Amino acid sequence: MVAWLEFEKPLIELEQKIDELRSIADGQSIDVSRELKRLEAKADGLREQIYGKLSRWQTAQIARHPRRPYTLDYVRHFGADFIELHGDRSFGDDPAMVGGLCFLDGRRVMLIGHQKGRDTKENIRRNFGMAHPEGYRKALRLMKLAASFGRPIVTFVDTPGAHPGIGAEERGQAEAIARNLHEMSRLPVPIVVVVIGEGGSGGALGIGVGDRVLMLEYSIYSVISPEGCASILFRDASRAQEAAEAMRISAPDLLSLGVIDELIEEPPGGAHRDHRAAASAVLAAVTRHLSELEDLSGEELVRLRLEKFLAMGDYREA
Amino acid sequence: MDQVSWLRRRKPGIKDARKREVPDGLWRKCEVCGEIIYHKELERSLWTCPKCGYHFRIGSTQYRDILADPGSFVELLSGIESTDPLGFVDSRKYTDRLRDAKEKTGLSSAVLSGSARIEGRLVMLELLDFGFLGGSLGSAMGEKIARLARMAIEERVPLVTLASSGGARMQEGILSLMQMAKTSAMLARLHDEGLLHVVIQTHPTTGGVTASFASLGDVIMAEPGALIGFAGPRVIQQTIKQELPEGFQRSEFLLEHGMVDVVVHRKELRATLSKVLEFFSDDSRDEAEDTLDQARKQGL
Repeated sequence: MVAWLEFEKPLIELEQKIDELRSIADGQSIDVSRELKRLEAKADGLREQIYGKLSRWQTAQIARHPRRPYTLDYVRHFGADFIELHGDRSFGDDPAMVGGLCFLDGRRVMLIGHQKGRDTKENIRRNFGMAHPEGYRKALRLMKLAASFGRPIVTFVDTPGAHPGIGAEERGQAEAIARNLHEMSRLPVPIVVVVIGEGGSGGALGIGVGDRVLMLEYSIYSVISPEGCASILFRDASRAQEAAEAMRISAPDLLSLGVIDELIEEPPGGAHRDHRAAASAVLAAVTRHLSELEDLSGEELVRLRLEKFLAMGDYREA
Repeated sequence: MDQVSWLRRRKPGIKDARKREVPDGLWRKCEVCGEIIYHKELERSLWTCPKCGYHFRIGSTQYRDILADPGSFVELLSGIESTDPLGFVDSRKYTDRLRDAKEKTGLSSAVLSGSARIEGRLVMLELLDFGFLGGSLGSAMGEKIARLARMAIEERVPLVTLASSGGARMQEGILSLMQMAKTSAMLARLHDEGLLHVVIQTHPTTGGVTASFASLGDVIMAEPGALIGFAGPRVIQQTIKQELPEGFQRSEFLLEHGMVDVVVHRKELRATLSKVLEFFSDDSRDEAEDTLDQARKQGL
């Protein structure tokens, strides 16, 4: 099933037209290069027009795009050897959270991330990227393992939120997230966090405490989903668009609020149009930050990380 | 109605004991068993129903009076207040909501912070107040909690947190979420310093507060029948589309699932807390604390 967003449709149609023209021309000796050039220029203009002024709600839709690259897509495109490790050693293995040993460009890093499914079947198995407590506990187990061998940690955030359900509550969803925040704040190895899609609330933050927090250009990060905020504060879930604007959930917003360190530019038209290009942008940013952090001692990392998070917030003091 | 049946009632509303004091005059009706209670009797029973044991919701100053030795509480960090970093407007302006909350509660933020003595032992004590915008976690609360933890470290005294919150302060957007990381990171420091952190969870303790500092106590106590959890029951019901089991997300449910250490009736709260503090206290240090406290008082 091919799914495209409403606002990108004109662009998709144009791109399809270009493809058709190309395939027609391929079989015959008709010169279409001028027409192609014209259409491609038009597509570039359209792309810029659409993506140059996205509303926050449109950005949220791109962040949730069914073709957007997910954690394991990035790992694949990194071309890195990866051994996935499973289980929290206490209850089970949560497919909504993946993690493992990653040989990243000559570095050995513990790579952990939320994992959404590409189709309905996989999405059911991976619970749409909404982790249970065992997912957060698996992530913590792997992070502690990395720390005890001095390996840096890279996490990819992409979740609508931590799973709200009976089992999740029984097994202490809140405690699992709280514990991760507590422990991540004091792991003596570099931690680089990348929000690659949806940064949904506590479920995102549960693997989101790091020395550097980066965000892909069209990803979002918020305290509650726009729909959730709309239904509580605006008393109408259909006002998600307004809620998205009011909460300021885009990467440029978070950069200006001092919550993230860097915005990673996506390929023209979004990461979903070019997984390979998105992956190389992410890889470049991650390795650059890891190089910077590798010079710091564990003690220094922990001290600076604490300072970083203590500085977040906006209050008045009389 | 016995104690068990009120825990099992279907729809426990979140109501504020303070709201009804004036209109109902001298008598209050128990929300659960319908018992009519004379206000002095209710106060004597620490706002719990003498008949069925139902715990009325009370505010931070009432909890302060229940837990702290009379006159021992010294408020700290009261100058820290919320701002409106996003210029947030939903059905109302955030600044208006803040102003109303201050007027209604007489508090400057959703947490009352200070130092206090509990049966003679010096502690840092913070009391969240559901009456102030649902006890929600915003930048001001985050800062106060982080700073009080730091003061506990500096003074080498235990930290006691009474939680009562609906979760994150949505009007502060992502900055609200970051307070979870900020408070948890500071508490990690407190724990690294070998200092005790006791949490008392009351009705309700949910969302971002539960998913951060309120779940990080070395000892976690809960009042009976309190709603405690990550996601609210309505959200869960909408997600799974089935009836929730009886007593779901109540203190006793959390006890059964290993998420709280002990469920304590409000009347026993102070005595239990005091015993916990006694168990972990370094007796040789108590005297030093006394001296320190004396010095501080003279300084003030």
